[in-house]
Amino acid sequence: MRRILKRREIVTDEWLYAGEEGADPAGQTPLIVPFAQFRAHADVWRGRRAPLGVRLSPADAVEDLAADLSLFQVVAAEFPGPADGRAFSQARLLRSRFHYGGELRAVGAGVKQDLIFLMARCGFDSFELAAGETFEAAIAALSRYDVAYQPAEPLETIRQQRFLAAQ
Amino acid sequence: MLPPAAYSPRMYQYDPLDQAFVDQRVAEFRDQTRRYLAGELSEDEFRGLRLRNGLYIQRHAPMLRIAIPYGLLSSRQLRKLGAIARDFDRGFGHFTTRQNLQLNWPRLEAVPDILEQLASVQMHAIQTSGNCIRNVTADHMAGIAVDEVDDPRPYCEIIRQWANLHPEFTYLPRKFKIAVTGSPEDRAASEVHDVGLHLRRDERGQIGFQVLVGGGLGRAPMIGQVIREFLPLPDLLTYLEAILRVYNRHGRRDNIHKARIKILVKALGIDRFREQVDAEWDAARATGPVLPGTEVARIRAFFQPPAYATLENIDAAAGREPEFQAWYRYNTRAHKVHGYRAVFVSLKAHGRNPGDMTSQQMEAVANLAERVSFGQVRATHNQNLLLADVRQDVLYEVWRELRALDLAMPNIGTLTDMIACPGLDFCSLANAGTLNVAQAIQKQFDDLDYLYDLGDIEIKMSGCMNACGHHHVGHIGILGVDKHGEEWYQITLGGSVNGFTALGDVIGPSVAQADVAPTIERIVEVYRAQREDGERFIETYRRIGLKPFKERVYAAHSEAA
Repeated sequence: MRRILKRREIVTDEWLYAGEEGADPAGQTPLIVPFAQFRAHADVWRGRRAPLGVRLSPADAVEDLAADLSLFQVVAAEFPGPADGRAFSQARLLRSRFHYGGELRAVGAGVKQDLIFLMARCGFDSFELAAGETFEAAIAALSRYDVAYQPAEPLETIRQQRFLAAQ
Repeated sequence: MLPPAAYSPRMYQYDPLDQAFVDQRVAEFRDQTRRYLAGELSEDEFRGLRLRNGLYIQRHAPMLRIAIPYGLLSSRQLRKLGAIARDFDRGFGHFTTRQNLQLNWPRLEAVPDILEQLASVQMHAIQTSGNCIRNVTADHMAGIAVDEVDDPRPYCEIIRQWANLHPEFTYLPRKFKIAVTGSPEDRAASEVHDVGLHLRRDERGQIGFQVLVGGGLGRAPMIGQVIREFLPLPDLLTYLEAILRVYNRHGRRDNIHKARIKILVKALGIDRFREQVDAEWDAARATGPVLPGTEVARIRAFFQPPAYATLENIDAAAGREPEFQAWYRYNTRAHKVHGYRAVFVSLKAHGRNPGDMTSQQMEAVANLAERVSFGQVRATHNQNLLLADVRQDVLYEVWRELRALDLAMPNIGTLTDMIACPGLDFCSLANAGTLNVAQAIQKQFDDLDYLYDLGDIEIKMSGCMNACGHHHVGHIGILGVDKHGEEWYQITLGGSVNGFTALGDVIGPSVAQADVAPTIERIVEVYRAQREDGERFIETYRRIGLKPFKERVYAAHSEAA
C-alpha cells in the first residue's frame, strides 16, 4: 500500500488511481481519475456513488474543473520535475478563488523536501513523495521557515507574516 | 575633510521577521549544500536550489552573485563585501549591470559561510539567479535626482520583500526582472526589463505607476510595452501577482529560449495579454496582498533624506588644475540640494576590467563614504559606484582620495566608461572574451582629450547572446560569438536605453578580436567627420543611419585584405 504524508502525518493512502491494480471505476474503491478522463466521460463520473478524486496535469486549467469541484474529495496536482511550477498556481486558484476545501495532493517526481514548504504555502496538504525522499525530512521541511512575507495559505508553523490578504 | 557624520541608516533596516527569514534561508542552504556534498542531492536537483541562492558553477570555480537591492549599500555592508572578497575569494569582486556584486572564485563548501556573513549585515544572495523574481533594481540617482516624481527605493524594498521566496512564483518558466524608476529620464534600463515600473502621480497627486511589460535583452531582444498607464500604489502587489500568474500558467516551458514573458506578450499581442492580466486581476485582487498606507509609511520612513547642511552652490572647480576640472565635469552630477553633488567612483580605470573592485578599494570607499556621504554608497547599472551626497566644498579632497585609489578615472559617460560582462575568462556561458577587448579599447582611446572630444558614447559588450552586458542597447554594442572555435565579435550601432530605448542595428559580418578596437576607431572617425554642431554620436547615427559607418568599416577591411 502506498503511504503518503497528509496533514503532517504518515498515512496509508486509501485512494487508487484509475488504471492501478484493484481500481474499479464501477465499484466502491475511492478512485482518482485524470482530469482528461473525467472530462471525456463527465456524466458517467458525476454519477459515481463512491469517493472520487481528480488528477490535474500542469497544463490543465482549473477553471474547467470549477463547476465540478464539489464532486471531488481529492484533487491531485502534478510536479513533473524540479522546474515546473504551474501546480503552484493551480493550488492557489483552487484554494483562494474556488474555495476548494478538500484534500489537495502534490504528486510527481518533483515532490521533494526542498519544495514542500512552498507547496504547503500554496495550499497542498498532502504529499506523495518522490522516490528516494523520506517522510522524516519532508516533515522537517514543512517547518523550515517560521516567517513569511506573502499572504498565501496560512500554516500553523508561520508565526509572523508581513503582507496580509485583503480578505 | 569633514568629521564623520552622526550615523543614521537612511535605508531599510531589517526587523526581526526579515532577519529570521535570511537566517533560516542560510540554514536551509547549508543543509542543501551538505546533502549535495554527501551525494544525497544530484547535480540536477542541487542546481535549482543553488541558483536561487545566487550560486552558479562557472568555468574555473563557482560564481556567487550577491544581491544589492536597488544598488544601495551602507558603508558597513561595503566593508563587509570587501572582507568577504578577501577572506573567501581573491580579493576582488565584479559589479554587474543589475547592481549586484559577483565573486568569481568562492569555494562551494564555503558559500553557506559567506551567506551567513552577508546575513550578519542584512544582506543575502537570494534569487539573484534561477527562474524566479530577481533582485529588483532602481535609478542610482533615486532620492537626489532633480527631476524625480518620487523616490523609487521604498517601492523596491516592498517588492524585494514580497518577491522573497514567493510560494507561487519561485519556479517560473524563466527569470523575471523588475526595475523601478522615479524620473522621466530612465536611468534604470526599465524598458528592457520583464516589468518596468515608472512612478507617476495622478491628477489628485496620488502615487502610482505606469507599468511596462515584456522588455528584455538576451536572444530576441524586445522593448517593454505599456500594459497600464496608471496603477495606484495600493494595487502594486495584486497587479504584479496578476501578471506573474498569467505568466506562470501560460509562459512557455518547452523551449528555454522562448520562455521569457516577452515571448508570451509578443505571441498574444499586448492587448490580449492585457485582457488576460486584467481578468486575473479582477478575480484575484480582492484576496491578494494588500499594501496598507501604514506599511508604505513604515518603509518610506527609512529613506528620509540625510541631515543636509544649509549651503549655497559653489563653483568647486574654479581655479583648480585641469585634471580636477575634468573629473568634476565628467564624474560628478547635479544634486537637488544646494551645496551638494553626486560623485561617481569610476570602476573603469584603463587597464582594469570594467566593474571590478578590489577589497582594499571597497574598504577605502566605505570609509570615505562614512566621512563624506552619510555612510552610503550606490552601485549603478553602468558598473560604477556613486557617492550620492557629497558637499561641494570637499570635492577636491574626495577627488584626491579617489585618485590615490585609482578610482577617479575621469571618463564617466565617455567611450571608455563601457559596460562589459565577465566574458569567457570567467563565465561558462560565454562564447568570447570581453576583458581583452575592453582593455584593447581602453588602450586605443587612452587620450583623454580625444575621449572628451568624442563625448557621450556608450559601449556595451556581452560575451554571449544572454546579453548581461546589454549590448543591444549600447550606442555601440559588441557581442562575442563563437566562429569555428574562435572568438569573433558582432558590432551593432544605434542602440540606446536612456530616455529613448532602441535596439542597435547589426553593422555587418563579425570581426576578429584584434580588429574590434580598430573597428571602433573607424566608427568614431565617421562620427567625427559627419557630426554637426554639438551633435552626440547617437544623434548623428540617427540622422545619417548605418550606411556610412558600414562602408567605412568594411572598406577598411577589404583594403587590409
